[in-house]
Amino acid sequence: MATHRRRLIGTVFAAALAALASLPAAAQPKSIVVASTTSTEQSGLFGHILPTFTKKTGIQVKVVALGTGQALDVGRRGDADVVFVHDRVAEDKFVADGWGIGRRDVMYNDFVLIGPKADPAKVAGTKDVAAALKRIAEAKAPFVSRGDKSGTHAAELRYFKLAGADPLQGKGSWYRETGSGMGPALNTASSMNAYILADRGTWLAFKNRGELGIVVEGDKRLFNPYGVMLVNPARHPHVKVSEGSAFIEWIVSKEGQDAIASYKVGGEQLFFADAHN
Amino acid sequence: MVVTLDPKLGEIVLLSLRVSVSSVALAGVFALPLGAAVAVAEFPGKRGVVTTLNALLGLPAVVVGLAIYLLLSRSGPLGAFGILFTPSAMVIAQAVLVFPLLAALTRQVVADAWGESREQLVSLGAGTWTSAFALLVDVRYTLVTIVLAGFGRAIAEVGAVMIVGGNIDGVTRVMTTAIALETSKGDLPLAVGLGIVLLAIVFALNIAATAIKDAAQRHHG
Repeated sequence: MATHRRRLIGTVFAAALAALASLPAAAQPKSIVVASTTSTEQSGLFGHILPTFTKKTGIQVKVVALGTGQALDVGRRGDADVVFVHDRVAEDKFVADGWGIGRRDVMYNDFVLIGPKADPAKVAGTKDVAAALKRIAEAKAPFVSRGDKSGTHAAELRYFKLAGADPLQGKGSWYRETGSGMGPALNTASSMNAYILADRGTWLAFKNRGELGIVVEGDKRLFNPYGVMLVNPARHPHVKVSEGSAFIEWIVSKEGQDAIASYKVGGEQLFFADAHN
Repeated sequence: MVVTLDPKLGEIVLLSLRVSVSSVALAGVFALPLGAAVAVAEFPGKRGVVTTLNALLGLPAVVVGLAIYLLLSRSGPLGAFGILFTPSAMVIAQAVLVFPLLAALTRQVVADAWGESREQLVSLGAGTWTSAFALLVDVRYTLVTIVLAGFGRAIAEVGAVMIVGGNIDGVTRVMTTAIALETSKGDLPLAVGLGIVLLAIVFALNIAATAIKDAAQRHHG
């Protein structure tokens, strides 16, 4: 029994050592953490542009894809070096509150209003997003909201306000807040045949469309600009200033902007570089 | 469809295994002796400890993830280590998650064995820890099943590793977070394909572990 016990204890400690040994060593290649949005990650943009940057600088970019609200929160907590998001109002507040520095415009894409082919609210063809949302609210047609404080959610609430409609009146009936990312929300809309506001990038890369299609696009107010900024090292001293700045400089450089402009899904350009406008 | 992902898929599978095996080993080192000791020892409040262990079986993964996130965040008490969004953070979260499972099941099994051989151990003059370890050896084949259950919970969960790992491509993306991501993209066939791969791996490991256990059991009697 004693030898058994020794063997058991030995096995247990060997397992513990193996567990510790498998933890990554401290010395790793240069890397930064970028808190960004689901739209940039899930549309495949980062997969297209980041290898070029890493090849050139040797800096690995670790992207944590969240809603804009959550991405800014990760930056505020100091858990990212760079924040790359799309909600101008929230971004300006983030900088004004001293959490971020050196904000730069990077690119834009646009939002599109998605809806079922049957179009119960009869909005297809209009170019006016506010009018379309008003009709949806009046018809009480099913509408799926992100409901997650993301940039897209903020934009949707802005458009409803422009329409003079209060979607929260329809909460639980025609207005459904899913509290999820763009993709999961699109999955929900697809299975409910509901209207939904989406960024064009995620929509073009999205595969489970079912009966859904674009019903409203081209309204200038659907413009969706992205900004990039460094988390303020004065607030969080461990922020990798030189690597983070190198990333920001690269993405607004001609090379970075060309990489963004060259990303296409199904022949369609998803993001329009505008750092120099 | 799964085939086209191949080089990356291998990486993701390996990371899943590495994280889950590490976390079960880390939790097991503490949970097995502790579970056995709780079974054997008599102390005030024992009933409360046992109830707590059993209740923690229902610990939601996402709550563990959130708690570990707040601890490891740069703004949290352990922020100085800078291990949020690394595999280490995932190992810690999963270890916390499987700890109650391993401890509670071990306690139950050892308590049953203790009932049978208590008199013998006491007459030999064995103390709490000696008895606990002796009983752990006695029930070692059942422990294999318990450890497999812990491993199953670890490798199948998505809530905790998503929050503390961040699902970073090539760094902290594991099978479950990859499946969640593909589902987000609406690529349901790929998500299902990955799910089948995950299931196959779990099956293979269970078959292998059971075979080893049976062979050892035959050999040692």
